[in-house]
Amino acid sequence: MLTNHALDEVDISPRRRRGKKTLVMVVAAVVTGGALAVAGRAVAQQQQNFDNVQIDTVKVRDNVYMLVGAGGNTTVFTGDEGIMVVDTQFAPLSTKILAAIRAISQQPIRYVVDTHMHGDHIGGNENISKAGRTRAGGNVVGDLGAAATSQAAIIAHENVLTRLSAPPAAGQQQVAFGLWPTETYIGKKREFLFNGEAVQIIHQPKAHTDGDSVVFFRKSDVLATGDVFTTVMYPFIDVANGGSITGEIDALNAVLDITVPSNVNEGGTMVIPGHGRLSDEQDVIEYRDMATIVRDRIKEYVKRGMTLDQVKAKKPTLDFDPRYGTDTGFWTTSMFVETIYKEMVALNPPAAAAPARGKTRTQNQKGSGE
Amino acid sequence: MTKICALPVAAVALAALVSATPARAQADMDGTWQPRYHEDQPERIPGPELKDYLGLPINDAARQFADSWDPGRIALPEEQCRVHVSPYIYRGPTNLRIWEDKQPKTQDVVAIKHYHSTYEQTRTIYMDGRPHPGPNAAHTWMGFSTGRWDGDMLIIETTHLKQGWVRRNGLPMSDQAHMTEYWVRNGDLLTQIVMLFDPVYLTEPLVKSTEFVRSPRELPAQTWLWVCDPVVEIATRDEGAVPAYLPGEHPFENEFDQRHGIPHIATRGGAATMYPEFQDVVKQAPKPAPLPPPARGATRVTGPGQQQQGR
Repeated sequence: MLTNHALDEVDISPRRRRGKKTLVMVVAAVVTGGALAVAGRAVAQQQQNFDNVQIDTVKVRDNVYMLVGAGGNTTVFTGDEGIMVVDTQFAPLSTKILAAIRAISQQPIRYVVDTHMHGDHIGGNENISKAGRTRAGGNVVGDLGAAATSQAAIIAHENVLTRLSAPPAAGQQQVAFGLWPTETYIGKKREFLFNGEAVQIIHQPKAHTDGDSVVFFRKSDVLATGDVFTTVMYPFIDVANGGSITGEIDALNAVLDITVPSNVNEGGTMVIPGHGRLSDEQDVIEYRDMATIVRDRIKEYVKRGMTLDQVKAKKPTLDFDPRYGTDTGFWTTSMFVETIYKEMVALNPPAAAAPARGKTRTQNQKGSGE
Repeated sequence: MTKICALPVAAVALAALVSATPARAQADMDGTWQPRYHEDQPERIPGPELKDYLGLPINDAARQFADSWDPGRIALPEEQCRVHVSPYIYRGPTNLRIWEDKQPKTQDVVAIKHYHSTYEQTRTIYMDGRPHPGPNAAHTWMGFSTGRWDGDMLIIETTHLKQGWVRRNGLPMSDQAHMTEYWVRNGDLLTQIVMLFDPVYLTEPLVKSTEFVRSPRELPAQTWLWVCDPVVEIATRDEGAVPAYLPGEHPFENEFDQRHGIPHIATRGGAATMYPEFQDVVKQAPKPAPLPPPARGATRVTGPGQQQQGR
């Protein structure tokens, strides 16, 4: 249930023109007494001990930094107009994150952008946004008073808000209202000029989740990908929140459409992953290749009518397991294979297709030339 | 008793004096160097044949990676300009230029530079004692290198490498690999010994040696260039397609064995195949059937090493 505190926050959330839809939804939730949704994984991770976490600040470009702590990587974009923060890690880290931001710039935080809904990326939303403020004037301030400018806007795709505001499953907790986005966008992207630079927030449908955004700083030539790309694990396909391997691979190819290398497949567009080290296009290529090859293998095995156990026995991830695989934690190699298997079965029911004789290549067969 | 102790004390004092001497280049490696290909020539010039994993300490993961390898992958526009990583690039057909970057006011060597004509790669080996970057820094083809002198031998440690090749027939090197090099100059001969450690794809360090001969004259400018402009080469291939074979279903699964009459157990590689004792295993292992003649109308080139020319 919403508290009075939450109602107070409702008053300050929609400060920008495109944020009106957010207000409508929040009010609707209040009126109906609807409970807020929970990101269960986030709650579990909020229990971690963050005392020993150090924030590693990695300079990417003159005005773009990557902060690595616990949870998803944070991107900090600075300039004369203020600061944009992409992803905020966990709430207990907010003091450290803010200290790292202040070591970079004293400008006000104007925007928080969520690449998706998971708690390790949005946990600090409330703290970080309240440390900033929004530019507003005219009747917006007239209507809302000081609340109109008292925190930075939190931008995300509409599906993030939809997921966070949905009634929670039985036994799960609500996500705090302060973590919700205050401004959402629908359609392919939201883009605007900030700090003299085109910033593009581009939706990647049904990838890691159904609310993924990648954030491209066009002049700085830096792309923050959220969890559609990491350097530490197999792609986490959160099916319960709208993710799919097909969309994930599409998102990786979309990232490659944006990136341009400089020194023969190195440098150029720098890529800040959802987790892991600073990257560039070549790193995304390796990851895309891995995801595509594994998907194609399982797809072919499904076409041959294999069961899940039979597919697992073929070890379709063996060549990548020492790099990305794990038998423990919330996203094991077995879960990765099983998730792809189920999606391939849904897309290619075994009875619908028989394997072509002699065909063993797993790529699209149109190209026969090489 | 005192006399007995005096000698070690003097030795310690001498050692301390020597170690306190500022590090400097004991050998001058500046100049233009060209490789000699007498070691592993079939792999280095025509290129390795598919399924040749002989003598490499690979694990099952690396083996499956290579078993699935389709050379058509490097026809993808985004992979056409892929560079060989520093643990591999020295063995290619490359011209090598070496020079020192010095601090202008002190003339201390800040870094040793290597320029490779292949892929136009410039490698920096820091000699000023700086630490390696943290785990969140970007990885590069050449990696991050620091060097030190041990007598006349230059020792280089390299981390932060991109994923590359242990052998360019699909055997991978991961981005978790690191490398130790030993460089020694003897007159106009320059020798590099590489120890490659890869916790992802190697079960033991891979040791390789490569030799270069000093060029008596500067090479024409264009021999230093390597221009790569990727284009779509296969118009009918779907965007995003990644060519690969299903594990265990490669159409040339046994071709290397059969062409050269080498038992399958040897061509599959692994640490055991590096050691002399493995010769006894090879002698006991069944020989593969000879490679059948090409089917009528086939265009396959049958000469050793002819199938994977180029990169």
